[in-house]
Amino acid sequence: MTRPNRITPALLIGFLAAVGFAVILPHLVSNFTTYQLTLAMSWGVAMLGLNVLTGYNGQFSIGHSAFFAAGAYGAAIMIEHAGWGPYEAIAAAAGFSFIFGFLFGLPALRLEGLYLALATFGLAVATPQLLKFDAFEDWTGGVQGIFVPKPAPLLEGLSADQSLYYVALAIMVFLMVITWCILHSRSGRAMMAIRDNPIAARTMGINLPLVKTTTFGISAMFAGIGGALFTYSSEFVSPDAFNFFIAVYILVGSVIGGIVSIPGAIFGGLFVVFMPHVAEDVSNIYTFIPPPWAVFGVFLILVIYFVPFGIWGGIERLAAWTKRKMAG
Amino acid sequence: MDLFFQLTLAGLAIGSVYACVALAVVMIYQATDHFNFAQGEMAMFSTFIAFTFLTFGAPVWLAAVGAIALSFIAGLIIERVVIKPVENAPVLNQIIVFIGLLMILNNVAGWIWEFTIKPFPSLFPADWGFHSDLIGPHHIGVIGLTLIVLLAIYLFFRFTRVGLAMRAAAANPDSARLVGVSVSWMLALGWGLAAGVGAIGGILVAPIVYLDPNMMSGVLLYAFAGALLGGVSSPFGAAMGGLIIGVLENWVGQYVPGGSELKLTFALAIIVIVLLFKPAGIFGRVVVKRV
Amino acid sequence: MAFLEVKGLKAYYRQVEALHGISFELEEGGITTILGANGAGKTTTLRAICRMVRTEGEIRFDGKDLTGMATENVVRLGIAHIPEGRGTFVRQSVEENLQLGGYTRKNKREIAEDIERVYDYFPRLRERQKQQAGTLSGGEQQMLAIGRALMLRPRLMLLDEPSFGLAPLIIQEIYQIMRRIREAEGTSMLLVEQNANIALNLADHAYLLETGDVVMSGESHIIRDDENVRKSYLGY
Repeated sequence: MTRPNRITPALLIGFLAAVGFAVILPHLVSNFTTYQLTLAMSWGVAMLGLNVLTGYNGQFSIGHSAFFAAGAYGAAIMIEHAGWGPYEAIAAAAGFSFIFGFLFGLPALRLEGLYLALATFGLAVATPQLLKFDAFEDWTGGVQGIFVPKPAPLLEGLSADQSLYYVALAIMVFLMVITWCILHSRSGRAMMAIRDNPIAARTMGINLPLVKTTTFGISAMFAGIGGALFTYSSEFVSPDAFNFFIAVYILVGSVIGGIVSIPGAIFGGLFVVFMPHVAEDVSNIYTFIPPPWAVFGVFLILVIYFVPFGIWGGIERLAAWTKRKMAG
Repeated sequence: MDLFFQLTLAGLAIGSVYACVALAVVMIYQATDHFNFAQGEMAMFSTFIAFTFLTFGAPVWLAAVGAIALSFIAGLIIERVVIKPVENAPVLNQIIVFIGLLMILNNVAGWIWEFTIKPFPSLFPADWGFHSDLIGPHHIGVIGLTLIVLLAIYLFFRFTRVGLAMRAAAANPDSARLVGVSVSWMLALGWGLAAGVGAIGGILVAPIVYLDPNMMSGVLLYAFAGALLGGVSSPFGAAMGGLIIGVLENWVGQYVPGGSELKLTFALAIIVIVLLFKPAGIFGRVVVKRV
Repeated sequence: MAFLEVKGLKAYYRQVEALHGISFELEEGGITTILGANGAGKTTTLRAICRMVRTEGEIRFDGKDLTGMATENVVRLGIAHIPEGRGTFVRQSVEENLQLGGYTRKNKREIAEDIERVYDYFPRLRERQKQQAGTLSGGEQQMLAIGRALMLRPRLMLLDEPSFGLAPLIIQEIYQIMRRIREAEGTSMLLVEQNANIALNLADHAYLLETGDVVMSGESHIIRDDENVRKSYLGY
């Protein structure tokens, strides 16, 4: 669907149940699985950003790895060089990547569809090299990168992984609610109007440049927050970790989860984290199956042919169909 | 002064590779309004096919011709099977299919041939009686072969029946059908040719940058920059753009402080600047969009 | 059985039904005109024959059922369609446009001869051989469009509003040439026009379309000479 879902009782109950389940989950599974779920949420937050930009505002980006990196490095630098704590550093990551996204959104105003995709492609390809640049080495640690210790548990009795999981969960839920609120506001309607018919939107008095650049900033900010969470999970940032394929990861997750949706981001995050393991297990049974990423690629193409609305879109359609069947 | 000439000639050589890939990108763009983001990976895969022929003992030129021919067929098949279903789909869906193709090619290549870099021989013998301090035999060969390829493509489009039909199909598909041209097959043919030309680019660059699955991602970016700079509405403009980018890249690398480490950023800057200020490129035509 | 037979033809643009089941026929060597106002469905009819829109119903050309075929294959049966707006390849030269018209034919010598024949019909095109087709005037582009159609050595020509946007003298010239073509080559023609007067002067039979239905048909000289019919249906 092209608009964010209305809050029906079913949806609200489902959402609360899911959150409740998520809260008890770390105590049901291993530490490692908790760590994987945290990673899934880090990706999910970035994917939510892409959904906002592309799904709800119609601007393409195959370069979100740049903003992911901006947040990751932003947090790492503040911790390493300014002595900030991990939670303040997330705010720094958010601010830093928002600015970066907003600034990139300025030239992006003049670029349409395919050309914007091309420019973001360039951004993604150029990012690792930019991060290795000599002049920034004192800050970025150059090729060696920066080591970032996992934050200590917030509460007694929780492991570091569990604590980080709850932080990520809180952030994820918070951002999903914020996104829902934005999309239901005038600004959100403006964003979607721009997506559907930019010329008409302009004639209705919408300030296209402001809305588009701000959306880019918000989208980048989400990606940056995801990047910071990712950093805490993996405890390390280095330039080559943020190459073009990270942007592909984010795009894949967004599309498979459902790019015009909010919950889709969660499915996307879970997909990119857990699918490779499934693919590997399959690989181990039949030695002739190609590597996970190639399978991803095939999957991606099949999804776009047959279910372009993604997992969440599929759920919506299933729900609508069920409702029709039950009504008569 | 010698350094300047060496740099410039080397720039023309690497620029020739960019010109080949840019030509491939623009051939597809002209016919279908798509940017083939997977063009680099296709070229890389073709080069690995040539590499495989080499490991079976084939001489370099035979391996190259074999790989180019197979790439042509593969390009045809990819267009018919993978691209056709999204021919009229929204742009985002098309972009995603290209990205998917890119991922598949990159990872299958890595799976088959591994990610370690491999040397790849030059098509051009090191001792063919031509000596110069300013430019090596491989580079001269690259420039020469690229010019021949550009000429061949020009002659094909300008003077053959099929070339004319392809131009017609790209310019006005409906009218083309009305004269009996199968537009679908012209698209497939365009992809085949682009795949072949891209393969040539890959085979020419591999001796310079060494062969590995990630060989072409930077090259593709430079090729895009060149295509935009020269003008995506003009195949020869795009090729010229590739040559210019090659030369500029070397000059920036040498004469701009810190330039050698920011070459990709430089390509990105070119892309953004051209799109902002002269979207039709140097040699291109402005297309007015009607509301 | 008629040369071109259309029965119960419905045509659709997405969900909208533009033709509501029309029927008409054309004899070999004859000229039939389809008249009607804007939006009546005339262009749609021609596009339906060339398989460029979704249809239901029967279309038979020389006994062959066209409904399963792709446009380029319908063309190969000998049907030349001159579309609304001429359909010129504007960036190609006049000569290249004619060569494209002969795309389906193999014999190079015959193609060259036919190009000469086209130049005989339209001397102005010979003068502008190498010129980019987009720089030609409206009348010249119409001549080029007819010339391109002739390159197919068509058995049936479909003409969509050849008089559109042209000065009266040029229209006369073009229609005279069409008469010559019918006499010299025996080509059948299905002519869509808004300008009823000039179409009725050329055609043998006429059909009148009104928003997707045939409301009248008959021999054109009868329709043209019947003042009541002319006034109520054709407005003159």
